[in-house]
Amino acid sequence: MAETINMPKLGFDMAEGTLVRWVKQVGENINKGDVLAEIETDKATIEVESPAGGVILQLIVNQGDIVPVNAAIAVVGQAGEKVDAALPSKVESQKSVDEKPAVQTQGKSDSVSSTVPSSQTISSLQSPEIKASPLAKKIARDNNINLAQLQGTGPGGRVVRKDVEAALSGSTQSQVPSRPFTNYQLPISVEDMTVPLTKLRQAIARRMAESKTTVPHFYVSHEYKMDAVMAMRKQVNAYLPDDQKLSVNDFIVKAVSLALREFPNLNATFAGDKLLRHGAVNVGVAVAVTGGLLTVVNKNTDQLPLRQISADVKQKVARARDGKVKPDDIEGSTFSISNLGMYDVENFIAIINPPEAAILAVGSAKEVPVVENGEIKVGWRMKATVSVDHRVSDGAEAAQFMQSLAKYLETPALMLV
Amino acid sequence: MAKITMREAISQALMEEMDRDPAVFIMGEEVGVWGGTYAVTKGFYDKYGPDRVKDTPIAENAIVGGAIGAAMAGKRPIAELMTINFAFSAMDYVVNQAPKLHYMFGGQFKVPLVIRAVGGGGRQLGATHSQTPDAVFAHFPGLKVVSPGTPEDAKGLLKTAIRSDDPILFIEHATMYQVRGEVPEGEYLIPIGKSKVQRAGKDLTIVTYCKGLELSMKAADELAKDGIDAEIVDLRTLRPLDMEPVLESFKKTNRAIVVEEGWKSYGVGSEVVSRIYEEAFDYVDAPIVRVAQKEVPLPYNRTLEQAALPQVPDIVAAAKEVLR
Repeated sequence: MAETINMPKLGFDMAEGTLVRWVKQVGENINKGDVLAEIETDKATIEVESPAGGVILQLIVNQGDIVPVNAAIAVVGQAGEKVDAALPSKVESQKSVDEKPAVQTQGKSDSVSSTVPSSQTISSLQSPEIKASPLAKKIARDNNINLAQLQGTGPGGRVVRKDVEAALSGSTQSQVPSRPFTNYQLPISVEDMTVPLTKLRQAIARRMAESKTTVPHFYVSHEYKMDAVMAMRKQVNAYLPDDQKLSVNDFIVKAVSLALREFPNLNATFAGDKLLRHGAVNVGVAVAVTGGLLTVVNKNTDQLPLRQISADVKQKVARARDGKVKPDDIEGSTFSISNLGMYDVENFIAIINPPEAAILAVGSAKEVPVVENGEIKVGWRMKATVSVDHRVSDGAEAAQFMQSLAKYLETPALMLV
Repeated sequence: MAKITMREAISQALMEEMDRDPAVFIMGEEVGVWGGTYAVTKGFYDKYGPDRVKDTPIAENAIVGGAIGAAMAGKRPIAELMTINFAFSAMDYVVNQAPKLHYMFGGQFKVPLVIRAVGGGGRQLGATHSQTPDAVFAHFPGLKVVSPGTPEDAKGLLKTAIRSDDPILFIEHATMYQVRGEVPEGEYLIPIGKSKVQRAGKDLTIVTYCKGLELSMKAADELAKDGIDAEIVDLRTLRPLDMEPVLESFKKTNRAIVVEEGWKSYGVGSEVVSRIYEEAFDYVDAPIVRVAQKEVPLPYNRTLEQAALPQVPDIVAAAKEVLR
């Protein structure tokens, strides 16, 4: 019996998704759990796994189509099986396209190539995975040859040893260094240029405008003494492998989570005539990604040890930067942290990420002259500003939250018990 | 060097070791008065008498169990199983007792036991008497599994097996007793656990053993007509498995097939291919292909039986597939 596969709902507020790429084609075998397609939602590009196994009988939508949640996108069944005639052969996706006439999806860079001088770079960055044997890959890696430039002669166009060796021996294949500088242009061409927004950029635009115009923000700043955290971090990291070292942000996530337990109004959602205080503390961390930012969510951070938080954040940030986040990575945050500390930032103010009630903007931890007991000394200081929804909480409560945060950051041993 | 049959080579090995060491004796079904089902022990009964060439009842667990006891008591028994399929009747002794007694008793006992068993299909003996379950036995640590493909190796390996203090399953192929090959004059031993390049080549590695060696040699001759120079590595011992010559060859050719007579699933080929992927991944230039028996109980009907067993054209086709 053929099974219809629908556009999945990958987030609670997802209404539609763009089918960026079909990974499988009609006639190919697919197992349950194999990646069927890549879908771009408001937040990320996500791989969609097939809920059924068999042969792809029909792909109902085209690459680039915007498809409403739950609309049929493909049919999987047994080879030779007839596709149910009742199914629409093409979903009506034009309507949603009409609503956004100026929008081009990232995958369709061809149509804007005349206005974007570096479109070549864009398309090469997006070239599908190169098929090459492990040996070919190794030789290419050792000799700094770009496999994408080679024409594979193995089955299905696989690049094999002799293809790389042909390139090495300087025959017709061009040797392009893996990081081409040839596309570099001096910034003197200054024609106006229309750059289409990605779905992610559109989502950021919509949500931030909505937040800043409908949520009454107020702000409280605090300067934290970071000497104890810096000392503890140095002490702990001396015993951890490079890829597991704790960051300052890991301490902040933990400290914020514990402080939120004491201030449930800041771990909440405004809901008209009532307030929804969330039972779990799930701290989102804003991550800069190509073309925007994502908030990766770490669940129950008030209960997890620092190392676990650190490992979770690292994994999710890596996936976010690779464009491979899972729906679970970006759903369900109850409070967010935006940390620009690595960019040498004194202080800044963030916009609340709805439906949350507050967000903490964190600057750089720096060694500065400080006055203690009437003497000038060198100390670690870090400024942070919390933005709070005034419908939910008031200045005094926010200030006390910032003091509670100081308690944990200035006595970090409290985070261990 | 003399060119003798596999049967003669095995017979010589047994006789030389029985002459050399009075602790060596043979027990099994029809090994004595009848001279062995495959005539390997013809004349032994008259030469060594009923004490050293014992005919047993048709009870494989008694044959192997009794041999284990004799081995623990200081003898060097050679238990013969008419076919390896009968080893299933003695499975507890073969895989659960013999390989583990030395370990379980903290080294107090040795089990210098050789189980000679005849395996393989192709003689229309039906599904239950034609199997090649070598991988089943090679799965168990403690049991060495040897399966030669040439008379020279059969003689040298069997002599070493008889002198070894470990339990060894020595698998002979039912259709190979007439195979002739050169055997060195005089006394020689071949170490267990050493694979060997049986044919040098540069384009492709064929990993095989026992009957697969005979087929692969013929396939290599076919391939040579098309200008393909195949190298053949004969495992000779399945446990302990010596991957060195395989990996050395593969690092040169970057392409391989594995030929075995047993079923493909969970087989010798699966093990060899995994080991290549694990230990020489960066040398892989094409997926490695396994040539093996079709996944069915081996049919009695001759045409179907031959269709289910791996054949020379299958090996040639697989070789060309990985060289595509």
